[in-house]
Amino acid sequence: MAAPTTTTAGGEILLSARGVTKSYAGADGELPVLAGIDLDVRDGEVVALLGKSGCGKSTLLRCLAGLIPVSSGTVSYRDKPLTGTNPGTAMVFQTFALLPWLTVRQNVELGLAARGVPPRERAEAALKAIDLIGLDGFESAFPKELSGGMRQRVGFARALVVEPDVLMMDEPFSALDVLTAENLRGELMELWESGQFPTRAIVLVTHNIEEAVLMADRVVVLGTHPGTLRAAFPVPLERPRDRNAAAFQELIDTLYQTMTGRPKDTLRPPGRGPAYPEAGDTRRTIATVPLPRASVDGLSGLAEILVQHDGRSDLADLADDLGLEIDDLLPLVDALEALGMALVEDNDLLLTPRGLGFANADVQQSKKIFAEAAWEVPLVRLIATSLRRSADGVLRDGFFRDLLAHHYTSEQVAQQLETATDWGRYAELYEYDAGPRVFARAGV
Amino acid sequence: MSWPRSAAGRGARPVRAADRLTRLNWVDLVVAAAVLVGLYVVLRVGRGTAVSFTPSRTVTVSTDPANLPYYAARSLLRMFAALAASTVFSLLYAYTAAHSRRLQRILIPALDILQSVPVLGFLTVAVTGFVALFPGSLLGLECAAIFAIFTSQAWNMTFGFYQSLITLPRELDEVSRSLRCTRWMRFWRIELPSGAIGLVWNGMMSFGGGWFFLVASEQISVSHHKYALPGVGSYAGSAIAEGDLGKVGWAVLTMTVMVVAVNFLFWRPLTAWVERFKNEQAEATEVQRSVVLDLLRRSYWPRLLGRVLAPPARALARACRVFGVDDRPLAVRPVRRRAGDLAFGTVATSLVCWGLVDLGRYFRQRTGLGVFGEPLLLGLATLARVLIVLAVATLVWVPIGVRIGFSPRLSRLAQPLVQILASFPANFLFPLATWFFLRTGLSLNIGGILLMALGAQWYILFNTIAGAMAIPTDLREAMDDLGVRGWQRWRRLIIPGIFPAYVTGGITASGGAWNASIVSEVVTFGGTALTATGLGAYIAHATADGDYPHLLAGVAVMSLYVVALNRLLWRRLYRLAETRYSMG
Repeated sequence: MAAPTTTTAGGEILLSARGVTKSYAGADGELPVLAGIDLDVRDGEVVALLGKSGCGKSTLLRCLAGLIPVSSGTVSYRDKPLTGTNPGTAMVFQTFALLPWLTVRQNVELGLAARGVPPRERAEAALKAIDLIGLDGFESAFPKELSGGMRQRVGFARALVVEPDVLMMDEPFSALDVLTAENLRGELMELWESGQFPTRAIVLVTHNIEEAVLMADRVVVLGTHPGTLRAAFPVPLERPRDRNAAAFQELIDTLYQTMTGRPKDTLRPPGRGPAYPEAGDTRRTIATVPLPRASVDGLSGLAEILVQHDGRSDLADLADDLGLEIDDLLPLVDALEALGMALVEDNDLLLTPRGLGFANADVQQSKKIFAEAAWEVPLVRLIATSLRRSADGVLRDGFFRDLLAHHYTSEQVAQQLETATDWGRYAELYEYDAGPRVFARAGV
Repeated sequence: MSWPRSAAGRGARPVRAADRLTRLNWVDLVVAAAVLVGLYVVLRVGRGTAVSFTPSRTVTVSTDPANLPYYAARSLLRMFAALAASTVFSLLYAYTAAHSRRLQRILIPALDILQSVPVLGFLTVAVTGFVALFPGSLLGLECAAIFAIFTSQAWNMTFGFYQSLITLPRELDEVSRSLRCTRWMRFWRIELPSGAIGLVWNGMMSFGGGWFFLVASEQISVSHHKYALPGVGSYAGSAIAEGDLGKVGWAVLTMTVMVVAVNFLFWRPLTAWVERFKNEQAEATEVQRSVVLDLLRRSYWPRLLGRVLAPPARALARACRVFGVDDRPLAVRPVRRRAGDLAFGTVATSLVCWGLVDLGRYFRQRTGLGVFGEPLLLGLATLARVLIVLAVATLVWVPIGVRIGFSPRLSRLAQPLVQILASFPANFLFPLATWFFLRTGLSLNIGGILLMALGAQWYILFNTIAGAMAIPTDLREAMDDLGVRGWQRWRRLIIPGIFPAYVTGGITASGGAWNASIVSEVVTFGGTALTATGLGAYIAHATADGDYPHLLAGVAVMSLYVVALNRLLWRRLYRLAETRYSMG
């Protein structure tokens, strides 16, 4: 039934999002996590939603599946706006989300039982799906007896057995080791090509660029804070795809550039959201320079590795060499950029003189360099200067939480403060006492 | 990968069940016999509960030791009836609270307050109510006893299950909705299993505490009537009244056997079985073991039971489709929602106001609002006793508990023993203590502290042992290595290490001590009654006199004290334990 093609246009529109925004309550009104998303998923295509962590790609997937309501805009399935869970989708989860107290077969049968399918037909359909997905022999096993790859197969079988029009996959391979993930990806795409399941389209959420290019017919890149559609790239490559093909590599480079690049050369719809400001930009504020989730050890480690590469390295190669997922690498890159220690040029990450000095210095000196750099980071500077001005040199963290809440969701606020605490402590600009939850001027 | 393990170890797999029918082994016979005997006992004992009875006549309890097995069975039946009632209540209450945004606002605070109400204070109300409900039958008293045990178990279990419902992992919620499970499937396949471990462990703990209320409720005097129900507790009471220490010994022995047997035959297998509902993806390294469960698993009965129960379960699932599909509407009309909230809020508030006004009028007519003054003052005396119990128990048992917890050999021996001591109803021994007080002339104002401590102290010891065992060995080795000894070691390692467990024990001990004060501040032996100054004695007197306004005021004030102590002390310590002193 499935008619997978490598072209993106043509098929009937199964899912469509129009002007979808999703926001959560913040200090002054709503904080957008997704803004102005227009997206169609057509019959026969595999769409990858690619973005850094926190860009709202999983939120978008859940909006499309009807699991969470949108704040404005509409999601429709076959031209019908959703009023509840999307009847045409089934979900595969990053954490597998199997019920540990049910056997493999009972897990797979769950969706059929929910539809009131009689036991015998249920068992038949489940066994067929189990067989197809390569799980035969494991029917009566419990999930905890299985390896990660086998568990995710159960996840696939459970979703496919209810014959959804659109299969929704939320980072389905990211909890697996590299080899298992590779194998499972290959088998899934073979199954998709062979059309043995009546599933008509796949939406895949991933932060892995290579995975997106390997699997998708169309890669949609989401920007962060709030999540917007930055760009969409068709993948006109025959399956199975050759990683070493020039076109494959070129696309990967382009995607890296899009994900790390400045917004000016991308399709950014009007709306708020911080840019990636140039160093020294006068408009650097706590809102425009969000602190990435990066520890001092991590970013100095990256700087030292860059020194070994003569201060300049291709991002994709770097990720490959270090065996890092882009989700792990990009926060470190953002951190080095925010501190003025590195720049991204084309696809290369290169150390600035400050970064070079930081990487080569001994502990005390590197602390000094770091302190200088951190002073230019708006949030760190805000905390340090506020403490200088306060009479007793002590301020409750609630004060900064309130300030941040104007621009970030509560989860993001916590992460911003966590990073700021780590950086400020290392720079010896201020201290933090977790008991009474106060920041204190260094030495107070 | 850890596949596959032996099928027997995994429990009942319905594979090729038919060919096993022919090979009944001795295990099957033992299990079958045990079930038969159990059924017979329930029937036999259950018949006694419907004996006709008029409240004016006192039911006598024979002190012939030959009656003890029967009495023990009656007591057990009460305990299990209460457990069943608590379980059903917990499931319904917690489910309603977790799934209704509006009812949640009322049900959860209500639960918090119910938890603080001294159970024994309500025994009188329950007795009069239930006796009126079943006139001329012992069933009313029986229900009152069960109700007393129920109130000691239900809140805890409900809170636990409610917590597990609202902390259901997000993916499991999404799985259920994405597969369009029915509401029944969500409950039966997802919510109940993921809360099962908590439910069973809470049930076990509450059951241990329930013995105390069983003993208290088997012999009670309300409005100058003395009531007694056949049971171990009332047997001990009669034996002590006769002054026959040998028979008291028999009663203590029976009680001990009951506590140990229920643990061995019921809770151990259940806690081991419920491990299968652990929501973790790796096989656990440390598992609960139970000989009884292993025996059951080796027998054929679980499989047969599974096959017999499958069709009704399917029918139930089909019938429960009427509850609809687990789906949440994406669009809520804010106007309608607000109107609903408003209507609900108005109705709830006016109901509460009406109740308050009515209560106020009741007090004004009977006694005036000054009735609260006396219990408030007396509460201070009882509060002082509770605090002394906690302080002394801490000073005595924490060092001992740490010593036991640090020694694997000692803790293996001591842990089950202390668990039994914690379950053993201390009020069983109160008359003996009273005899001792009479002989020595010790005032109950001081002796009462001892009585309250008899039950409460074990929670502190038990939890201290658990806390000390949880301190990682490498931390202790690091302290040895650095030469941190004596007070420094206590301050830096031991106290922070056991703190979370200690707080848990302290909360339980504090609650237990308040409840025990009602039976500890007035005690009788033979014809002599000793009374201490305190809120417990106030409530006990109001109970005996059938003086409802004073009783109500006493119970309300005690609840107030319990809530205040919880909010001002325990909740803060608990938060501190969670944020600052949690391991890892």
